[in-house]
Amino acid sequence: MEMIRVWLSVDDKRLVPDLQEAREKLDTSQGETVLDFSSVQRIDASALRAMEDLVGEADRKGVKVMLCGVSVAVYKVLKLAKLASRFSFTN
Amino acid sequence: MIASEAELKTFKIPLAAESLSAERIAYLERLVDQARTAAAVFSQFTQEDVDRIVKPMVLAGLQQAQYLARLAIEETKLGVLEDKVIKNMVATEFTYDYVKDKRTVGVIREFPDRNLVEMAEPIGVILSLTPITNPTSTVLFKCIMAIKTRNAVIFSPHPSAWRCCSEAVRIMNETAVKHGAPEGVFSCLESHTLQDNAYLMHHKDVRLIDVTGGQGAVKAAYSSGKPALGVGAGNTAVYLEKTADLNTAVVDIIVSKTFDNGTICASEQTIVVDDEIYDAALRKFAELGAHICNEEETKLLERTVMDPQTGFMQPMAVGQKATDIARFVGLSVQPNTKLLIAPIHGVGREHPLSLEKLFPVLAVYRARSVDEALKVCVDVNHAGGLGHTAVIFSRNDEIIGKFSEVMNAGRIIVNSPGSIGALGAVYNDLVPTFSFGCGTSGGNSTTDNVNVFHYLNIKRVARRTQAHMWFRVPNQIYFNMNAVENVRQFPSQSTVIVTSPPMEHIGHVDIVRRHISPETYVHVLVIPDAEPEMKVVMHGVETLNFYKADQIIALGGGSVIDAAKIMKLKYESPEADLEELAAPFLDLRKRVVQYPTKKINQARLIAISTTSGTGSEVTPFAVLTDKERGRKVTLADYSLSPDVAIVDPQFVLSMPKVLTVDTGIDCLTHALEAGVSNYASPYTDSNAMQAIRLVFKYLPIAYEHPRNEEARCMMHNAACIAALAFSNASVGVNHALAHAFGARFRVAHGRANALMLPHVMAYNAAVPTKFMPSPYQQGYVAHKKYAVIADLLGLGGHTVEEKVKRLIASTENLLDQLGVPRSIAELGISRKEFEEAVPEMTKNAFDDPSWRSNPRMPLMSELVELFWKAYEGRGQAKAAGAAK
Repeated sequence: MEMIRVWLSVDDKRLVPDLQEAREKLDTSQGETVLDFSSVQRIDASALRAMEDLVGEADRKGVKVMLCGVSVAVYKVLKLAKLASRFSFTN
Repeated sequence: MIASEAELKTFKIPLAAESLSAERIAYLERLVDQARTAAAVFSQFTQEDVDRIVKPMVLAGLQQAQYLARLAIEETKLGVLEDKVIKNMVATEFTYDYVKDKRTVGVIREFPDRNLVEMAEPIGVILSLTPITNPTSTVLFKCIMAIKTRNAVIFSPHPSAWRCCSEAVRIMNETAVKHGAPEGVFSCLESHTLQDNAYLMHHKDVRLIDVTGGQGAVKAAYSSGKPALGVGAGNTAVYLEKTADLNTAVVDIIVSKTFDNGTICASEQTIVVDDEIYDAALRKFAELGAHICNEEETKLLERTVMDPQTGFMQPMAVGQKATDIARFVGLSVQPNTKLLIAPIHGVGREHPLSLEKLFPVLAVYRARSVDEALKVCVDVNHAGGLGHTAVIFSRNDEIIGKFSEVMNAGRIIVNSPGSIGALGAVYNDLVPTFSFGCGTSGGNSTTDNVNVFHYLNIKRVARRTQAHMWFRVPNQIYFNMNAVENVRQFPSQSTVIVTSPPMEHIGHVDIVRRHISPETYVHVLVIPDAEPEMKVVMHGVETLNFYKADQIIALGGGSVIDAAKIMKLKYESPEADLEELAAPFLDLRKRVVQYPTKKINQARLIAISTTSGTGSEVTPFAVLTDKERGRKVTLADYSLSPDVAIVDPQFVLSMPKVLTVDTGIDCLTHALEAGVSNYASPYTDSNAMQAIRLVFKYLPIAYEHPRNEEARCMMHNAACIAALAFSNASVGVNHALAHAFGARFRVAHGRANALMLPHVMAYNAAVPTKFMPSPYQQGYVAHKKYAVIADLLGLGGHTVEEKVKRLIASTENLLDQLGVPRSIAELGISRKEFEEAVPEMTKNAFDDPSWRSNPRMPLMSELVELFWKAYEGRGQAKAAGAAK
């Protein structure tokens, strides 16, 4: 089956809602969801929780979640929160 | 419900925590998870973000100081309400005063002159155990520290102070989160057990354990294998010395010991009083509200407030008022009694009141001398107070100094109250704290007053520093034909000419004498023309002393000039230990041994070289043979360089061919090695390259036509110029090999160098097996430098590799032209003999400091290989694998 890649842009100011929306759209993606994090400068606890929920749901649906444009600072937060290994990363 | 086996495996619960239920484990995991998330989010905060949160927290703490103090008193039943309010205020206001301007995020310190920057890295999740004695103040203090450093804290309060502590945590957490801190930055364990603590202490996501509490908790923390900050037991000794201001001292002691009913572990425990002021001191204490116990009362106290089994204080007495303690013990005291003072006659378990008592009971000891006083203080210190605190009241700086030397205490408080003094920032400039580190003696990792910087990992960003280099040469060098005439410009009353027999025979000494003023007394000291021995040098020193020489002229080859250098050194500094001065070193600027600078005779050394040459007339080196011990002593220091160098080719016109070749190749080796040395610089390169050019052009001429003045002049200059180069850039592995081989088989130095040279060039030009660490060079450049030399000599070639090959070939041609044997074997040394000598030569070559500036670090096996290549002979030297 052809892999369908869904590309979503995540807005720094609407991080949690965007992540929730991405979670809802997982069904439309039958392979991979790419989230564009290039505008995200900072990430708070609720966003971390939303990301954890998203990747948990993606795991259950067999969808790979890729993050692109993640800044080093945000990447470090994901590492500290032990979430980094659950995503793929690309520039 | 006890956790199932599967759950045990999953969570890897430590032994002590195996009885935890699954629900409890899940609760603890949630706490850690929350704290970890908070710490992760917090790591993004800037200094401004953090400081914006700290201030409101401090204000909240100040506003709630009384409320929290009341809660603490109600719950713990220890201490004094008013003092607990002050503690809460010190924990907030004073801590804030210390931290408010401190950089704790990003770059925290810069050292521009060292190209070094320190940066802060938060710790993450901290497990903090807090005590019963200072419950809320410790929480407030640690919360402020944690926010300032972007860490999350899980608090585990003492079970008997849980309510007041959790309230303090709640207030701090709410304020912090309200002002932007991540949710979950502070949490407090609900009614916890030792097993909870054990679980958290071993949790992989808890990065630091900060314990302010009893020794049991401190020990558990340090045993967990986790980084930990702890505190130690205190048994504060106080020396009340006879010069003390008694009025101030007594008040200070009372203030301190009664503060919060003596619950601060730094408070005074035993006062050692000089006999001269003992009675007056006790009278003063009594006037100000202390009850001085008699013998019987003391014994009663001992039996009641101290546990006779353990020797520790009875918990029920901790933090209680003096009058309450008295009533409990059965002592009759005045209603306003603040303090119970019990005279003791010794320290230790047999004298229970000499141990720690966190309540207003003080032991007092009469000392008959300073010596006795200090010893008793040491005894008290060792009786359970190592590393903590000590106090002295005195106006005698010498005694304060002695006390400070012998007391093992992280804080030595002078002329101030012990407990409040140790807290810091009130009576002195100690960093404010509620956690006193007691160092290794107290089983802690620090003696500091634990502060905000203990809540940080500090990263050091070290940029490459530009290594300082140098180019040091004698300040007067006279060269070209008849340069010796310049001797006349140097006034002297007594000159000693140090020279060798041939120089006298062929008339060189007379030439020099002609240019010395007739008013100068001249003595000629003839020494053997070989590497100088100690007895020759000492004989020379005697001669210089006898004639009170103010000028030394060294006329000869390297050995003669070296001898004169060492004679001058010993003449100027008779106490100089040559053995010590010859100690090995790696970096000239960091060497352990310093050469003497004092010069008692101020003699001038003029060096006139008669070979072309070692260049000894301008070098800072001198080699001496210690025949008694069978070893060479190499001295190296710029103070050895002659004051004046005279490079006059008339002294080399009669050099025999063999000497011309040997010294000429030595000169070439100097220049080639200096050229590729790790210490090479544009200054030395210009000299090295010029010397190489001159040797290639003029050495064959000087060899074939010894009386050719131009060739001799250029070679003589080349030797000096090459020496200027290697005096600053040093030599390399060629010299290390040549020294070892030459010494073993008694082959002239220059010849030994010649036999190694082409092989070493090929070796240096190839990609190293092991690079030599060098801050002076950027990248590996030896092959490129050889290529530059090849260009300088007009050898052609298009690639670096080609040029290197051509340079090696040209060098080999030069050696052939000069009749240098092609191999060690050609010298008549048998293979067997050579094979037997190789191990020792290799060891000596490796011990030789010459190779340390070599661009390629030689392995022992490579030294062996190079020896064998030299044995087999040249004609096969290739720049195989020359670095591209």
